[in-house]
Amino acid sequence: MILTLVGVSHGTLDQSAQRAKGVGADIWFRPPGSSAIGLSSAPMSDKIPALLMHEPHVTFAMGTMVQPLSGFDAMTGVDLDDFRRLNGGFHFLKGGPLVNDNDVIVDEYYAQQKNLHLGDTLNLVNHDWRLVGIFESGKLSRICVKLSVLQGLTGNQGRLSQIFIKVDNPANAQPVVDALRVKYHGYQIYTMEEFTSMLSISNVGMLKSFIGVVIGVAVIVGFIVVFMAMYTAVLERTREIGILKAVGGSSGLILNILFRETLLLALLGSAAGILLTYGTQWLMKHAVPASLVQETVYDWWPIATGIAVVGALLGAIVPGVKAIKQDVTEALSYE
Amino acid sequence: MSESPMIEVRGLTKTYHVGDVEVHALRGVDLEIQKGEFVAIVGASGSGKSTLFHILGGLTPMTSGTVHLNGRDLARMTNAERTDLRKTTVGFVFQKYNLLPTLSAEDNIRIVQYIGGRNTTFDPSFQEILRLLGITDRMKHKPRALSGGQQQRVAIARGLVNSPAILLADEPTGNLDSENSAAVLKLIKDLNRRLGQTILMITHDADAASYADRIVRMRDGRIV
Repeated sequence: MILTLVGVSHGTLDQSAQRAKGVGADIWFRPPGSSAIGLSSAPMSDKIPALLMHEPHVTFAMGTMVQPLSGFDAMTGVDLDDFRRLNGGFHFLKGGPLVNDNDVIVDEYYAQQKNLHLGDTLNLVNHDWRLVGIFESGKLSRICVKLSVLQGLTGNQGRLSQIFIKVDNPANAQPVVDALRVKYHGYQIYTMEEFTSMLSISNVGMLKSFIGVVIGVAVIVGFIVVFMAMYTAVLERTREIGILKAVGGSSGLILNILFRETLLLALLGSAAGILLTYGTQWLMKHAVPASLVQETVYDWWPIATGIAVVGALLGAIVPGVKAIKQDVTEALSYE
Repeated sequence: MSESPMIEVRGLTKTYHVGDVEVHALRGVDLEIQKGEFVAIVGASGSGKSTLFHILGGLTPMTSGTVHLNGRDLARMTNAERTDLRKTTVGFVFQKYNLLPTLSAEDNIRIVQYIGGRNTTFDPSFQEILRLLGITDRMKHKPRALSGGQQQRVAIARGLVNSPAILLADEPTGNLDSENSAAVLKLIKDLNRRLGQTILMITHDADAASYADRIVRMRDGRIV
């Protein structure tokens, strides 16, 4: 459970970071109070990019609008000409760019996961779209439509969710950000490097708390399960423990046996848990395609194993002490 | 000068408390068993013979009196010392065999060697005991794959593997049919004669007791 949730968190953030980098901008300009992992509104005026282009060192600025969909999906309204000026545009694997207002393009991953083909109809935000292009993953978004169309459909005419800024020299990105932060007080303005480094669990406040709670719950649940399992094991082995004590088994020996068994159980459980994460990866890919992305986070293998081992050993203490204190003759008559 | 007894019991009492009621299981038992003797303690249910067995085996503390096993005073022993006594001085054979179900017959014996801090190989003299018990070809089997008589033979081997000074047997034929009972009792008698093993057997069966050198009768917590 721990490994799956950590993997999903990492996977989702890493994919976001990869797409952000793929935009090819130097600066990310976002509305005040926006979260690092998503945009749920379009509160900025579409006049801002033009104003930004008058700033020193800024060579180009482009705005997009992000519309959250059901689940974890989102679609982006983009002006493809502007996007082409920013970074050369999408690399289409099939089909081509947006031409008509009902056209939609998706990335290769989304098309593969949803089993989409050119000419298919997608119903998104209560609107039927025709798939006209499939582009290489890792740029901007998974689903893109015309900016003006999405703004109109969602009642956000003239509004933007985010602005990407290109400067004349990447070395000037930080001074430009510093200047913009003064001028546009309250807006979330970052160099792209700064922003992508923020896309980690420790930098996303809510996610960090969420993971903390999940790990806490997993530790408690794991502790209770192991505690009950060990307690039951000791009860079921009352007679065996009595036999060991009768033939001269010391308290240390019995505790040793219990702890070794617990350790083995915890290690096997951890190994099974690690294997299960590959199962959940497969399940997510097939049950909820093109939504959650689960990475294999190797750094968390020893952490999760450590949590399991500590929880299991703590859970074995009480039944272990109970086993030691057990009267031999009572234990031998246990049925 | 005569040798001191292997088991020497003087004025042994044991009182249990069941709620507010005191149950006097042993009411002053005196008993001496010499080295190499095979003694049967016979009595009806509730006569106190099992309580005596548990005290002599260091499984239950006494209320008063003295018990010396191979010269060691049981009353002065701590829990750890009683554990050590069970490891080195006393071997047990129980009515219900009490083999560990997840281990093979061989491992049931070896684990007792391991607990006793001994090398877990069977020396030639123990191999001879296994041959005498007729279980050399059953050593790789788990208890559930053995008959009652075979399980009890494994239990006897386990009781003897650390060469204890005393072998305590509690109703060793209680779960066996008459044929297997006779075979096991003959084996116990044979081990007593060949090895000079001191054996104290608890039984309610007069036929079983007849295999012993001496029969001690108990009634109402006393030797009669």
